[in-house]
Amino acid sequence: MHKYASPKFFYALAGQLTPWLGGLTAILLIVGIYLGLFIAPADYQQGESYRIMFVHVPAAWMSMFIYMMMAGAGAIALVWNIKLAEIFSSVCAPVGASFTFLALVTGSLWGKPMWGTWWAWDARLTSELILFFLYIGYMALQASIDDPRRAARATAILALVGVVNIPVIHFSVEWWNTLHQPASVSKIGTPSIHPSMLAPLLLMIFAFSVYFFTVALIRMRNEILERERHTSWVAQVLESKT
Amino acid sequence: MNWTQFFAMGGYGFYVWSSYGLAAVILILNLYLPLHRRKTVRRLLREFVRLKRSSQPGSE
Repeated sequence: MHKYASPKFFYALAGQLTPWLGGLTAILLIVGIYLGLFIAPADYQQGESYRIMFVHVPAAWMSMFIYMMMAGAGAIALVWNIKLAEIFSSVCAPVGASFTFLALVTGSLWGKPMWGTWWAWDARLTSELILFFLYIGYMALQASIDDPRRAARATAILALVGVVNIPVIHFSVEWWNTLHQPASVSKIGTPSIHPSMLAPLLLMIFAFSVYFFTVALIRMRNEILERERHTSWVAQVLESKT
Repeated sequence: MNWTQFFAMGGYGFYVWSSYGLAAVILILNLYLPLHRRKTVRRLLREFVRLKRSSQPGSE
């Protein structure tokens, strides 16, 4: 177990995994977009505009999923002081922030033709905007502390406090009377969505998830090299292939 | 199939293609930036290791 948590071993393992994960991402994206744009029929209420869903829902899902990973890894780093957990938590923030931004903007682009407005201060939209600020706050806090170990502790606490926002986002459409439509997929067993639309949606969610792990591993390897620069194994790695 | 019709997206073309376009930009940037950073980090660290080695025999 200790071996797998060593930065040296992880660096090599991540390097072998990324091409495979990247390839899988590409395949999933191609099939998902093909089914979503060419095969799935137009919606009887929303016409063609609903196709925004195939990027909006995965982006929104990722914004929450990445936050939970970031906070979870932060908690592990706090309790067990595991360096890799610190690094993983820190690389989540920029990717999570960009998916949150994507969810907000695509939501806006979907809201304008469907609701007649780019933005409304309703519970779902506002809590998602707060999530975006949590990511930005996390990155700002991290950038303001020079020592990576201290930065990891401070950001983990911030991330853990912000976790309360996640159930608020998820249940906002049920707790409050909002403009935002309720979930189409989460009702396990009886999804209120046709299989021809559900298939590309699930593929895109899967594609975005694998994509996240691909880019997270690349970022982690960069971070490991920098933090371990005093070790002999990094010197060896630098001498080898470019 | 009719491509003009496809790009029009039933009148929602602007909204649909802006969404997919932004998604593409974000996916590409999140891949490009860390790969580019990797090159920079490796270059800087190679320099760092070289300087450390050259200063070691004399000073410490």
